[in-house]
Amino acid sequence: MRELYTPNHSAVHRIDARVKVIFTLAFIVFLNLTPSGAWPAYILFFTWMFSLSLSSRLGIAFVLKRSLLALPFVLAALPLVFTGPAPLGQIPVLNTPSLTYSVVGFYRFASIAIKAWVSVMAAVLLAATTRFPDLLTAFSQLKVPALFLTIIGLMWRYLFVISDEVTRMLIARTSRSATAPGSNRSGGSLFWRARVTGGMAGSLFLRSIERSDRVYAAMLSRGYTGQPAAQKTTRLQKKDLLALAAGVILLVLLWLLGVITGG
Amino acid sequence: MLFSPINPMHIPDGFLSVLLSIVLWVISVVLIGIALRKTGQTIGERQVPLMGVLAAAIFAGQMLNFSVTGGTSGHLLGAAIAAILLGPWPAVLVMTSVVAVQALLFQDGGILALGANLFNMAIIGPFVAYALFTLLMKLFKKQTWGLFVAGFVAAWSSIFIASLACALQLALSGTSPANIAVPAMGAIHALIGIGEGLITIGALAFIFAARKDLLKADANKPARNIGVVVGGLLISLVLVVLSPLASSHPDGLEWVAEKHGFIEAAREAFYNIVPDYSMPGISNPALATIVAGILGAVIVFGVAYGIARAEKRPSAQDDAQR
Repeated sequence: MRELYTPNHSAVHRIDARVKVIFTLAFIVFLNLTPSGAWPAYILFFTWMFSLSLSSRLGIAFVLKRSLLALPFVLAALPLVFTGPAPLGQIPVLNTPSLTYSVVGFYRFASIAIKAWVSVMAAVLLAATTRFPDLLTAFSQLKVPALFLTIIGLMWRYLFVISDEVTRMLIARTSRSATAPGSNRSGGSLFWRARVTGGMAGSLFLRSIERSDRVYAAMLSRGYTGQPAAQKTTRLQKKDLLALAAGVILLVLLWLLGVITGG
Repeated sequence: MLFSPINPMHIPDGFLSVLLSIVLWVISVVLIGIALRKTGQTIGERQVPLMGVLAAAIFAGQMLNFSVTGGTSGHLLGAAIAAILLGPWPAVLVMTSVVAVQALLFQDGGILALGANLFNMAIIGPFVAYALFTLLMKLFKKQTWGLFVAGFVAAWSSIFIASLACALQLALSGTSPANIAVPAMGAIHALIGIGEGLITIGALAFIFAARKDLLKADANKPARNIGVVVGGLLISLVLVVLSPLASSHPDGLEWVAEKHGFIEAAREAFYNIVPDYSMPGISNPALATIVAGILGAVIVFGVAYGIARAEKRPSAQDDAQR
């Protein structure tokens, strides 16, 4: 497991994390508010995200590939194509009775797929261009409770340690349960396999609980008082505010275009 | 290794209506706020690293799987085990951290849809699991096997009930017809829940053998969380009753909603902000698409050109920034 953040010196990387968080959220909200079938607005939303991805210099292939992650979920919206309202269209399937589909339903399906894709692009861009500590600082400046952020911060710190541990456990299991060629079974029955996995989960939790004891002792010995260390709060610079305002106004304009052209 | 456990319960952005997303965001934020306050009161600073590390363990523990048959595998999601080990409110916080980090950093689930995902996996999951676990433990008194039955039921229900909520949300957003979404989501997760239940039994058996005290500690104070137990049972009941009702009509929930007219009212109120007039020049959708396409091409070209220009110059000021 590795984090998505890719260090780079692009303009997008340098934007204040607060601005990025708020803009990403606004972008996704307005994109999703756009009614279905507003193709011109979708093109512009996509172009905008595409351009930002270009200027982030993450490599456009990386962003596009990563953003396809949400694609399997599109299956959930697929029934719309066949159950949507009239007018109905027909797809001839060989020479058997033809497949009936709803035009409106298809538009809605396509709109959902596009919105999902572009939204994930925005989320990928945020995660890949912002260091996690910066993200946490941004959230704390946006008034997310400190206790919660401390938990998430600690989680992040140990996530990679523990996922390495899980990987080692999986390797240990694999090396102890040889797989006979031809059968996919490793080890005993289904219940046996489930119980072994359960035992791994149980031992993972115990080890983690014990680890957290050590972490707490280490934190105490470094002067932890239950309060998060004071952070410098810097005020947003004027040009950041201006950029954010301009971005949101553009988003509203795009959304209006969507409302006018969409169905 | 970049991993993403295939989990059909993380709703991406685009699949839920904005109105529903915001409503669920508000509900989740309120409940998480209560969880923060309760946790802050009842447990000390000592628990903060515990919850952080356990959240990491649950996140990473979702990699633990066992093959079921033909390429499918059982996974651990962990809401139940967290609720059993930590109690409901800390479990809400732990699961919130897991789901939030999955959405923010691994794009597993959307950002606008995070409110709904938190509601399903970080609130319904632990609540239902805790309610059923406490109830069954009362029923079986001090039987050892009671612990495992209760653990299995809690784990299975936490998955199944959450998936019903997820399906109803999709139906309510008009993304997936209720008569398809509810049975499909329900059936898939009834199976996934069995895997979760079996792993939970295994984990409980291990912890029971190694550190019995961890399981005892929580059994002593169920009275304090009576609200959670009632809440969890209510959620289960409402969803179990509502789901077949919704899926028995072709348009399910929308049918219910339309009967009461609230969805239409909400939608119309929203889109009436911009009346249905057409702008000169953009009145023709085809023309608008062409204009948008040209504009898009120009924007992308401009950015690419800008980058190319910037690359040529020595990037001294870039290095000074970091």
